[in-house]
Amino acid sequence: MTAPGSYGVAARPALPRVRVGAARAGVALAAAFFALGCLAALAPGLFAHGPDQVNPALALRGPMAGHPLGTDQLGRDVFARLVFGARPSLLVGVGSTLLAGLAGSAWGLLAALGGRLVGEAAMRLADVLLSFPAILMALLVVAVLGPGTRNAVLAITMALAPGFARVVRAQALVVRGSAYVRAAVNLGLTPARILLRHIAPNVVAPLLILATINVGTALIAGASLSFLGLGPQPPAPEWGAMLAQARDYLDVSWTLALFPGAAITLTVMSATVVGRALQARYEGREAG
Amino acid sequence: MAPLARRLTRRLALTLFVLWGAATLAFAGMRLVPGDPARIIAGGVQANATPEVLDAIRDQYGLREPVAVQYVLFLGRLLRADLGGSYQLGRPVSRVIGEQLGPTLALASGAAVLGFCLAVALALLTAGRPRARAVSRVLEFCSISTPNFWIGILLLAAFSFHLRWFPVLGDDGPAALVLPCAALVLPIAGVLAQVTREGLERALDQPFALTARSRGATEHRIRARHALRHAALPVLTLSGWVLGELLAGTVVVETVFARQGLGHVVVAAVRGRDFPVVTGVVVLSALTFSLINIGLDLLYGLVDPRVREAAV
Amino acid sequence: MTDSSSGPPLLEVAGLSVDFATRRGVVRAVRDVDLSLRAGECLAVVGESGSGKSVTARALLGLAGAGARVRARTLSFEGRDLRRLSGREWRRLRGRRIGYVLQDALTSLDPLRRVGHEVAEALEVHGLAGRDDLDDQVIGLLAEAGVPDPDVRFLQYPHELSGGLRQRALIASAIAARPSLLVADEPTTALDVTVQAQVLDLLGERVRAGTAVLLISHDLAVVARLADHVAVLYAGLVVERGPADALLRAPAHPYTADLLAAAPAVDGPARELPLVRTGPPAAGGCPYAPRCALADDRCRAEPPPPVPYGPGREVRCFHAGRDRPAPALDRAAEPPRVKDHAVVSVRGITKRYRSPGGSWRTAVDDVSFDLRAGEALGLVGESGSGKSTTARIVLAEIAPDAGTVLLDGEAWSGLRERDRRSRRSRVQLVDQDPLSSFDPRFTVERVVGEAVPGRMPRRLRRDRVAGLLAEVGLDDALLERRPAQLSGGQRQRVAIARALAPGPEVIVCDEPVSALDVTVQAQILALLARLRREAGVALLFISHDLGVVRQVCDRVAVMKDGALVETGDVADVFRAPRAAYTAELLAAVPRIDAGRAAGRAAPAMNLEGLP
Repeated sequence: MTAPGSYGVAARPALPRVRVGAARAGVALAAAFFALGCLAALAPGLFAHGPDQVNPALALRGPMAGHPLGTDQLGRDVFARLVFGARPSLLVGVGSTLLAGLAGSAWGLLAALGGRLVGEAAMRLADVLLSFPAILMALLVVAVLGPGTRNAVLAITMALAPGFARVVRAQALVVRGSAYVRAAVNLGLTPARILLRHIAPNVVAPLLILATINVGTALIAGASLSFLGLGPQPPAPEWGAMLAQARDYLDVSWTLALFPGAAITLTVMSATVVGRALQARYEGREAG
Repeated sequence: MAPLARRLTRRLALTLFVLWGAATLAFAGMRLVPGDPARIIAGGVQANATPEVLDAIRDQYGLREPVAVQYVLFLGRLLRADLGGSYQLGRPVSRVIGEQLGPTLALASGAAVLGFCLAVALALLTAGRPRARAVSRVLEFCSISTPNFWIGILLLAAFSFHLRWFPVLGDDGPAALVLPCAALVLPIAGVLAQVTREGLERALDQPFALTARSRGATEHRIRARHALRHAALPVLTLSGWVLGELLAGTVVVETVFARQGLGHVVVAAVRGRDFPVVTGVVVLSALTFSLINIGLDLLYGLVDPRVREAAV
Repeated sequence: MTDSSSGPPLLEVAGLSVDFATRRGVVRAVRDVDLSLRAGECLAVVGESGSGKSVTARALLGLAGAGARVRARTLSFEGRDLRRLSGREWRRLRGRRIGYVLQDALTSLDPLRRVGHEVAEALEVHGLAGRDDLDDQVIGLLAEAGVPDPDVRFLQYPHELSGGLRQRALIASAIAARPSLLVADEPTTALDVTVQAQVLDLLGERVRAGTAVLLISHDLAVVARLADHVAVLYAGLVVERGPADALLRAPAHPYTADLLAAAPAVDGPARELPLVRTGPPAAGGCPYAPRCALADDRCRAEPPPPVPYGPGREVRCFHAGRDRPAPALDRAAEPPRVKDHAVVSVRGITKRYRSPGGSWRTAVDDVSFDLRAGEALGLVGESGSGKSTTARIVLAEIAPDAGTVLLDGEAWSGLRERDRRSRRSRVQLVDQDPLSSFDPRFTVERVVGEAVPGRMPRRLRRDRVAGLLAEVGLDDALLERRPAQLSGGQRQRVAIARALAPGPEVIVCDEPVSALDVTVQAQILALLARLRREAGVALLFISHDLGVVRQVCDRVAVMKDGALVETGDVADVFRAPRAAYTAELLAAVPRIDAGRAAGRAAPAMNLEGLP
């Protein structure tokens, strides 16, 4: 039975603190990993040298001194290739997300705020583009433009942009119909001011979060393209292309396939974790 | 039911529009290619075809006509389901696709059935159970974040090269289907399980679930009779995307396992700029996708009476 | 069972406590609650939001929730100790012996299942009906709950039924297995008054038929209509309990007295509502001490134990029954000046909408009225009567299909937005859900600051905002807060401060207090009255609550199905309504002082007990 006299709210923490702490640590780890990946993409020379140095005598070896992750079929250092592969891989993942986000925002805003005819046309175009799988869209673009890093970025941008456009349009419609925009109209604010002060910021913030989460999707799509031989061309090191080569030597060395895949997966995970954490913070703020 | 008929008509019209859009896009792509189309048909830009050969090609493919006329002819052929002939294979595209459709369908449908079953089972087992849910969430997160070609390669390394349980190559028999299906299904099952469980948990949190409990219904009954239907709604919404991912996944997975199939064909066609084949696959997948979405839409109406009368 | 005053109680609860483990620590939602209920009686548990009344109800069904820890000295029902029940035994009890009716049947009935299936569930679960007679039983139950055309309705889905019918169907499902106890958690809260009266009558019938009803409500008038006994809950504690008549006539606990005083009435002498302090309950001592006019050091130091107070009554207060010092009435120094010219003239406006089926529905039908400068005009009506659409037309958010709205004699509706924008500041809005009307990224300072007209440096604007906040009774410590961090009453004050900022002539209030607890409501109403006097602003006050309208307004316009049925001075209309519909509305409003007699056609008796 409750002892009378203690009506107050006890201060015993109910959920183990460790949980929250572990989650924070996980987010920090993910952010650090992603930052490291970006650093490697910007300045690979900081971490390793000679991704293209061929040494046939040491081909297809497992991890050993001097080659912490082993060597590939030409005796090139896998670690160095992984580090130098960060640039094209992340360029495709992050670059296409950025471009798709920008293009999709403009597209979606136009569809939401640009009047009936324009809006309808913009959304029907998105319908057409979204009517087949993103990878097929990317393949079509590559078929037209030819393989290569730049074209892979464009292909994935084309594949992702209509999705962004839909989300932005939906969000813009929600914000435009919201009670706070109604309140701003009632105060007599000009449309330009309402757009700038209320609509744009409330559309952009969730979009940024969505984009962060989407980096993972773009990374996988980019790696898929290069795995199919349609992305950055050999001998340029790229994670997906490295996996494609490793596929042919599976009977000899399975570690060759391990590390590039792990690099892709970990980068995707870290981007997703960071995005989810941002989302949680944003929604937490909304709810107070 | 008049609203249903109206909705179906609308959706079918939209499908035609989408097909036209996809075909136009493919045609525009073909025209946008830098360089002389005749040379590409002859076997790539570097091919040293004689001017006579190129002329013959121009005649054969009607490349001398103005673009508008070519476009109209292209659409006309498309209406008769004539996708033209492959540049590289020298055979009608429809036959190429027809031959390769089987293995791809087997792979995709196998993975779809497996994925949905796996996801629903996982969700039913873990919804509302914090510990099981935590484990399941980690697994789902990993499977979602892993590209399926890597999963495929790892499976291949482990089960074909190392353990020798399954064949390394080829597409004979169900045994050859196991690993590709697994590679294809894992990322999708992860997403589906997440969505299903969230749907279940949301439904179990609703007042109607409390009401059902207050009537003495067992937790099992509430999950099966009430919550599962509610969870089906977001899953259905997502299904179109999932099936698209499946089709996309077959492209990659077929390459990993060196299987026959549409994916294999389309990758070869993209590499060789075999536009009739690419166009054929694009139009076919747009059609499949649209039809699947119409089916899902009808299914949605069956599950949720509230949208039945509301016009889309 | 015939004599309800003797014999063992059906339900006996003593020392019930429910704790929830949350991230911020243990929340003690229900503390040391004693209740008892006999067959054929109605016990009401009354309290404001967060008082723990719903948790109490759920604990009685073993449904307090996964994170809840339920303890009690006694928890017996039909002679069984509920504390020792296994999950299986609980399930056999739920639905069979105890029925449960939740608020808002739209979400409490499974929206994806037919109404008939929902009603049948209890019968199926407890094996009370075979395949052959299940449908007949369900149709019979729906008919018993007063659902017309039950054989059609039982095939329909919840969203196809009106709110009242849905609630009846929910009640039918709760009484399907003939439980001896019916727990009804806010069963009428979302309903219009006329429908509410019918649903209360339906519950009253159950009581007369011998079912015990545990009624959970925030509304003392609803309670007065149905309850034999009342328990008042504050911060999880029963602060007072006893027979309904005595308790409502002469409340012993200051909180009960404050609750009663804060509820506006539709008849009787007009009075100012007292300004009751609001705020969170105290952590130590008497939880009501921070708000209580009688609180002394002892109240703040030690929690008062329950003490007997008259026959069958018990109260947790050191000052039980003592008269409170007359709370500082916000006396009208002078009545608001109403000038004789119309600020807003509404002339024959009509608005029609296309329904999904393709037919046209007239939301507003040829409505005309004048809002004079400085006056408060109430617009009342049930849901769907077109009052909110009228408000939106007055705000020029939507254009009428026919008719015009004039602002100060100049054209207002039917203009281009550009020509109207400069005058928008003269008509402002305060609506039911202020939180959604604030940009979620903004602090209170920016929310209100945006409404302050003109260009000025940030410091000056901040001072103006602080001044406005002071005017609505808010501390300037709230400037940096986000609206989501404020309480409901504070949010509504911020909304009012924003509406005042541009110095409007008219404020349209669309159900401004219907989401608030009654004591907070009293404060907001007093604030609106004061602002009218001081700022001379006219109010177009839209509400479904006739008591609130009577409290605030000078004149009232009654709407039904889009049309005005009656307009006149508040006193005249409430005393002697001319339109039959107005009379019907007024009659349906539950009254605290009328007591149970108003809700009961026949004296309480147990028909089943008769020979």
